[in-house]
Amino acid sequence: MFAYYLDLAFHSLRRNKALTALMVLAIALGIGASMTTLTVLHVLSGDPLPGKSAQLYYPQIDPRDLSGYVPGTSEPEPQVTWIDGMNLLRAKRAVHQALMTGGTVAVQPAQSTLDPFYESARYTTADFFPMFAVPFLYGRGWGGAEDDGSVRVVVISSQLNDKLFGGKDSTGQMLQLGDTLFRIIGVLGDWHPTPHFYDLNETDYGDNEGIYMPLSTSQDVGYDHDGSVNCWGNGGGGKRIDHSAPCTWLQFWVQLDSPSQVAAYRSFLVHYSQQQKALGRFQRPPNVQLRNVMQWLDYNMVVPDDVRLQTWLALGFLLVCLVNTVGLMLAKFLRRANELGVRRALGASKHALFAQLLVESGVVGLAGGIGGLLLALLGLWLVRQQPASYAALAHLNPTMLLMTFLLSVGASLLAGLLPAWRACQVTPALQLKSN
Amino acid sequence: MEIRPIFASLRKHRIPAILIVLEIALACAVLCNAVFMIGKRVGDIGMSNAIDESGLSVISLDGTDPKLAASDIPRNLAALRGIAGVQAVGATSTVPLSGNNWGWSFGLKSDSLVSDKGNTNLTLYFLGAGADQALGLQLKQGRFFNADDYADSSMGSAALPVTHVTIVTESVAAQLWQGKSALGQVLYSKPSYYTVVGVVANVLRPYASTRSAQRSYAATFFPLRAESTLSSYVLRSAPQDRARIVREAEQKLGEVNPSAVAKGQTFSDIRDKYFADMRSMAWMLVLVCVVMLAVTAFGIVGLTSFWVAQRRRQIGIRRAVGATRGDILSYFRTENFLLTGMGVVIGMVLAFGINVYLMQHYEMDRMPWYYLPGSAIALWLLGQLAVLGPALRAAAVPPVVATRSA
Repeated sequence: MFAYYLDLAFHSLRRNKALTALMVLAIALGIGASMTTLTVLHVLSGDPLPGKSAQLYYPQIDPRDLSGYVPGTSEPEPQVTWIDGMNLLRAKRAVHQALMTGGTVAVQPAQSTLDPFYESARYTTADFFPMFAVPFLYGRGWGGAEDDGSVRVVVISSQLNDKLFGGKDSTGQMLQLGDTLFRIIGVLGDWHPTPHFYDLNETDYGDNEGIYMPLSTSQDVGYDHDGSVNCWGNGGGGKRIDHSAPCTWLQFWVQLDSPSQVAAYRSFLVHYSQQQKALGRFQRPPNVQLRNVMQWLDYNMVVPDDVRLQTWLALGFLLVCLVNTVGLMLAKFLRRANELGVRRALGASKHALFAQLLVESGVVGLAGGIGGLLLALLGLWLVRQQPASYAALAHLNPTMLLMTFLLSVGASLLAGLLPAWRACQVTPALQLKSN
Repeated sequence: MEIRPIFASLRKHRIPAILIVLEIALACAVLCNAVFMIGKRVGDIGMSNAIDESGLSVISLDGTDPKLAASDIPRNLAALRGIAGVQAVGATSTVPLSGNNWGWSFGLKSDSLVSDKGNTNLTLYFLGAGADQALGLQLKQGRFFNADDYADSSMGSAALPVTHVTIVTESVAAQLWQGKSALGQVLYSKPSYYTVVGVVANVLRPYASTRSAQRSYAATFFPLRAESTLSSYVLRSAPQDRARIVREAEQKLGEVNPSAVAKGQTFSDIRDKYFADMRSMAWMLVLVCVVMLAVTAFGIVGLTSFWVAQRRRQIGIRRAVGATRGDILSYFRTENFLLTGMGVVIGMVLAFGINVYLMQHYEMDRMPWYYLPGSAIALWLLGQLAVLGPALRAAAVPPVVATRSA
């Protein structure tokens, strides 16, 4: 029966090519536009470290003084001070913990063919690599000993390794950053967590850093840090921040594997705040937050407003296209009142007619889906040509591909419901008589 | 034109009529908001900026030794001055729209602290001697910094400079000292204080705010002697020389400072880059609007054609009993006019609702009222245009059709 309906559908669609083309085009345009924006939204609100992100937490405490304090309303500081960061790091209350900040260093290539250039760097501590499950192509990360000794070692990204060493194993080689020589101990594998969740001061969807070095080393050499700084009291800003200054400028991440560990860590943060308050360092009552990666991204509203707006706009557009398709299908089905009257008179039930007409809408939907897919691919290509930091990420994945067809067929079936029902209401006798 | 028969006929074809109204309403709602967003972005992209944008090139120099800045900067300036076509050079801490902002909160009372609520956050631009001319700042009141101001001002690694003079933009002057002259007024952040000696035309901050013009122009200028904070070199020249000057300046600074990295661009590039996202969003909105209007128009054509085909016999009868072609034509056009009218009324309400929703959830302003009748008229015209084809076909139905059976 289905095959017969399909045959009928093709027959009918061929009969009025302009109308069919119009319907398919309307659905294709609507689907193409919404799939483009939905894909961008999907990619941007994606999980930077699938499978791992639920165990990674970002502790926040509130070390500020009482100026501007309104009880119960304020969020804790988004970053930590040097003293608190070091205290929490040394407490080692989590499975893994890492303290970090960003910076920029001047790379002085040994080859004379390359001019000096700037590379973004991450100053962090040993657990960064195991905690974020960072893959290594060559070598390894550093350990606690290198952190403690401010050893001049770096880990570089595979892109930087390609640029400087043509992709060969560069571990053991020396790299000059500014005036200081560093020994390369590791080269990262393919690692691009997007968004750049661990430090949202850097471009949210930009590529990750080329250079990783111990935080202690960066301070020892005297590199400036990049990112936001919040100071209070008599704290001064500036690019190089005094370690005792009341300024927050570092990010601190921990790994907690079970709910009980999370609860324990939360109470540890409260205890720590109370203890610091007793010591006179903190002045506000304990105010802590412990968000995991996705909660942290949500809280910071990482997905650009423009992308959300575009998605709404595209869905509105899809709705216009659907209403349009409903109208066109209605025109098409009602025009065939005669044919439907004959089928009814020959014994087809209303059900059968309804099914036949829905198959026809489904075929339109499928054709629209294919058109929509092509348009979405074109749309995503256009997005990739944009200068936005997330542009390069706009690719269709299998989930979204499947979704394109489901959405398209679903939408056209929905659009076919009303016209099909309306067309089934024909009274066979009347239709036959008027002929 | 009698409109009662039109209503009678529309009542008989309720579903197609409702569909057209609905489609127009949705299109109107989306169109209003999309056009409003386009207008907003076009306005933002064109935000005025009272420096000589068309003649400026900016070279940033990083990686120099801060301790040698006092001798390096004059040497670098001299080297840049030697490039053919350069009319003026100066060193600054940052430039408008570069994204590199140094901000601080100032109060108007002598005991204002940086953390006080009610302070005003202002961008600090630090200028080396000559940078005011190189940028092309336009003085409106008072004076620029003099040689003593530059020589006496230092900063080191502190957050605020050691000086007591500042220049503010007109926007800052109007915001902080409404109606009064800004000259001689003082900005405080205990223990520092700065007296306004000049007011310049509005210059954008390194980050322009798309929400308020006042915030975008909240900039102040401070003199600074040759210190490492002054890491951007601005060069002024004829517009056509800029590309060459950027190239030569990069090369020259690279030669003089072998361990540093010099990167140059024209100010037009900086502006283009800053607004690139906004521009592409505007284009994408334009695309959506055009395609949506096309889809709506085709929908109207499709439905009206069906309608005409269905009513061929009735049209024939009308013609046979004396209706002219013009009567038939105007029948369909009036019908479309009524349907579109209903659509845009609903659409305007919907558009307003969407705007209110977007204002609550996104960075969006209230839509000015004239967007509503504007897009209503646009859709009315579109409807008339779309119905013309089918209506002409209807008018071409010969009276003899009435005598044939359907």
